[in-house]
Amino acid sequence: MRYLPLTPDDRAQMLGVIGVDSIDALFVDVPASARREGFVELPHVAGELEVERELAGLAARNVAAGSVPFFCGAGAYRHHVPATVDHLIQRSEFLTSYTPYQPEIAQGTLQVLFEFQTQVAALTGMDVANASLYDGSTACAEAVMMTKRVTKRSRAVLSGGVHPHYVATTETLARAEGMDVVHLPAAVDAEDAVIAAIDAGTACVVVQTPNVFGTATDVTKIAEAAHAAGALLIVVTTEAVSLGLLKSPGEMGADIAVAEGQSIGNALNYGGPYVGLFACREKLVRQAPGRLCGETVDADGRRGFVLTLSTREQHIRRDKATSNICTNSGLCALAFSIHMSLLGEVGLRRLAALNHQRARELKAALEGVKGVEILTPRFFNEFAVKLTKPAARVVEDLAFKGVLGGVPFSRLAPGAGMDDVLLVAATETVTGEDIAAFQAALTEVMA
Amino acid sequence: MRFTKDHEWVELDGDVATIGITAYAAEQLGDVVFVEVPDIGKTVAQGDGLAVVESVKAASDVYAPISGEVVEANGALGDAPETVNAAPEAGGWFARIKVSDPSQVEVLMDRAAYEEYLGTL
Amino acid sequence: MSSSMNTVGRPTAPVATAGDIPPTLTGARGLLQDEALIFELGGWNKTGVDLPPAERPADDLAGLLRAEPIGLPGLSEPEAVRHYVRLSQKNHAIDLALYPLGSCTMKHNPRLNEKMARLAGFSDIHPLQPVSTVQGALALIDRLAHWLKTLTGMPAVAMTPKAGAHGELCGLLAIKAAHEAGGQGHRKTVLCPTSAHGTNPATAAFVGYSVVEIAQTDDGRVDLADLASKLGPDVAAIMVTNPNTCGLFERDIVEIARLTHEAGAYFYCDGANFNAIVGRVRPGDLGVDAMHINLHKTFSTPHGGGGPGAGPVVLSAALAPFAPAPWITHHADGFHLVEEAVGEATQAFGRMSAFHGQMGMFVRAYAYMRSHGADGLRQVAEDAVLNANYIKASLADVMSPAFPDGPCMHEALFDDSWLEGTGVTTLDFAKAMIDEGFHPMTMYFPLVVHGAMLIEPTETESKQELDRFVHALRLLAGAAKAGEVDRFKGAPFHAPLRRLDETLAARKPKLRWRAA
Repeated sequence: MRYLPLTPDDRAQMLGVIGVDSIDALFVDVPASARREGFVELPHVAGELEVERELAGLAARNVAAGSVPFFCGAGAYRHHVPATVDHLIQRSEFLTSYTPYQPEIAQGTLQVLFEFQTQVAALTGMDVANASLYDGSTACAEAVMMTKRVTKRSRAVLSGGVHPHYVATTETLARAEGMDVVHLPAAVDAEDAVIAAIDAGTACVVVQTPNVFGTATDVTKIAEAAHAAGALLIVVTTEAVSLGLLKSPGEMGADIAVAEGQSIGNALNYGGPYVGLFACREKLVRQAPGRLCGETVDADGRRGFVLTLSTREQHIRRDKATSNICTNSGLCALAFSIHMSLLGEVGLRRLAALNHQRARELKAALEGVKGVEILTPRFFNEFAVKLTKPAARVVEDLAFKGVLGGVPFSRLAPGAGMDDVLLVAATETVTGEDIAAFQAALTEVMA
Repeated sequence: MRFTKDHEWVELDGDVATIGITAYAAEQLGDVVFVEVPDIGKTVAQGDGLAVVESVKAASDVYAPISGEVVEANGALGDAPETVNAAPEAGGWFARIKVSDPSQVEVLMDRAAYEEYLGTL
Repeated sequence: MSSSMNTVGRPTAPVATAGDIPPTLTGARGLLQDEALIFELGGWNKTGVDLPPAERPADDLAGLLRAEPIGLPGLSEPEAVRHYVRLSQKNHAIDLALYPLGSCTMKHNPRLNEKMARLAGFSDIHPLQPVSTVQGALALIDRLAHWLKTLTGMPAVAMTPKAGAHGELCGLLAIKAAHEAGGQGHRKTVLCPTSAHGTNPATAAFVGYSVVEIAQTDDGRVDLADLASKLGPDVAAIMVTNPNTCGLFERDIVEIARLTHEAGAYFYCDGANFNAIVGRVRPGDLGVDAMHINLHKTFSTPHGGGGPGAGPVVLSAALAPFAPAPWITHHADGFHLVEEAVGEATQAFGRMSAFHGQMGMFVRAYAYMRSHGADGLRQVAEDAVLNANYIKASLADVMSPAFPDGPCMHEALFDDSWLEGTGVTTLDFAKAMIDEGFHPMTMYFPLVVHGAMLIEPTETESKQELDRFVHALRLLAGAAKAGEVDRFKGAPFHAPLRRLDETLAARKPKLRWRAA
């Protein structure tokens, strides 16, 4: 087998050195009742060609976003990723290393993490960021649980604009930890409604901008209200590119900013792996989850980087750790960081402006279609429309016509009573022809 | 100054006790990088967690050797945790507690008894 | 003699120099470049991406626009390539040499898997596009799930957890839900051996359980008597790693499961070490109720400098109804996705994360499984165990195996008793290994062994590489015993950096670059 270097001769010699006569002697501690002779129900060794054939066959049964006019968003966005990014992340030294436990031979990864943390802090307008979490939704849940440790309160208020999967993830995890999670009804433009729900037992309020309906909101007033009540403000962003155009969570008074970083450097990948961005005020950092990279010097006084403040983490603090996370999203964070380095502020601002422009063009094209009403008042690259037909049905019909025309809100929140709401996004990858094709197909479907 | 088997020291002045960790404990911990001192006004019972002292690779709870209310915390350790190594039984104190039962102090070890205890470890 | 070339003054052979090697003037060292941070490269007005400016201002977003500079430097493409290539050269990697981090299973990462994961039909599909347009993706997840269930002998699998610790969380949440459904919600304790991974007690606490430690026997296994004495009506679950973190198979595993079930608790198995038994032992036959499988360990998806991973959790019939959304169902018209825990799925405990799990990792793991086949996977376990025992046998006379009697599984554990009196610690020894070209083993874990050194070679090391490794460790052990303390105390001398000041980093945290 091509991945196994030992030859039968090697194995025989090695058994001799060990002093046993068969491999079975090394499995002697396994109870006899649990020893398996093999798996007849599974296929045997296969060459590259055979494996490629099977997987290419499966891949061909999916409609790739790049092959059709494509307008899906709702927490995962299709952007162009420069070829350099994918080349560099496949360097052996990045791809096949692990968590930098030995800093002397992991300065590559560590310097990248330090740069990544600085980029994320700048992007979110916060003081510090960690070295990544799994994705935006788990980052949101971690942030909520962190506010319990900071405030010693256990009530979390989530706005009706937070992505329903983020809400469900947070409810699942935070409730297990004994928190009371209050989720306000889904609403296109009502982030401010959280203010009325803040009480003396509230640990945090969670708002999203742009929210799941695409609505961008200045949350400064919410921050003020939260702080007046001794609660913390968590701002969620599912489209990191929006931060190239819109006010950052930090500018608006957030205590913790969490975001999905997929849109920078990472492909859609059918939902994973993605990269959770987590940033906070400096004074909160000792309660933060996940790894942190810090600057220091070596024995000769040269600048270097190490993992630090590790006593927060599970491998040291065990049942008192701030999170149980170990493996994070290192390689996706690297992809994010490389793409961000290529963009720079100049490129990011341009990219964000282009996205916004495409979405406005899409709006202009769709608002004339019969049976379509634009719901979102202020948006970045995504907005909600109300249809006179069930959105799930419309999306299926559009797919039949070769257009991936957005995400029905009912798919995210079937019980919300918004079966007629469709979420549509347009990034820089969308062309004028794509928009025209969408408009034409939707006109037919809605007729 | 009185001592516990968990290597805390207590010095009573009137009804206020100053609490820290012993030189032995500080040496065992290695370079102290962070101390989490309690909030003023916190009420602790004997044996409750009072503070957390951290080195690079370990975090240790410091238990309240006596019951009472925290009236002062050593905020200076925030910027200078190394004081715990440099002067564990002086400037490296953690907190001052208004003692609810002074007799809890009397039953703790005196220095001679503590040194003898260290000899058994 | 005449020559057509003027060689006057040109040396024709290298000359050996005596004494200390002078440091370089710039900080670079041959191929190792001294590379500044991206923030120090001056690219505040630069971009490496050619994008047209927008045609109209965002005049519809007045009051919401970001006015202040963000603080993100840019690099042209050649500068970016140089920056990251230079940094990459300061990392150790599996592709360079043996990477024997115990408990981490640093095995070769086949490049076929990378190629397959990048097929547009997998990488360029959106998690919420219509299910009718992703039937191939769902088929792949379904096939991977079939393999995982078959190899573990378990009836169900939750695919969405994003890493091992996330899988532990999923398993314990299922256990908690099952207890609540069975009127046993008062059970609040989880038992873990002292040797457990830190994630086990951290996860239990996360779910609101308190953790009680189980003692270990002198031969490195769970102490059955201690376990029996601690099992009771308040115990929700036990969390046991098997093979355990000492690299040993829990001989009494079936009895452990029986006692646990008798006490009304569930058996969570930490599957981090599944690589040692895959294809030879099915955890389902041992009485396990839930176990996560680290696809980035056993099934070779790349570790990526810290992640991403994937941690699907196989579940017993008792726990299966509580698995989180989403999951795949089979219908006449193809695969469907159940994405919400409503209706028929009311017992599901909730959701682990947005979307459907680590698809990119699923593709790689499935390509790896298909390549090996069931017979190849069995050989994986056998070679992994053989390699570890070979290292243990080859070093037993110069280092001290923590558990000398009997075979180990996929990792060989040594303590530091053999270093006693040398003045060299486990840490010093590990740093000296760096100078000899190897990544150190896992150190000071498990906590039950003094100065622990946990060596996991994996099955993808050749005998030649193992011999090279053994040779280096034997030389180092000899040097330690011969009193060459300086070789160890100052090590590493030949790495990109010398030992780093972690105390300074923790006392005065500098977690980001700031303009001077």
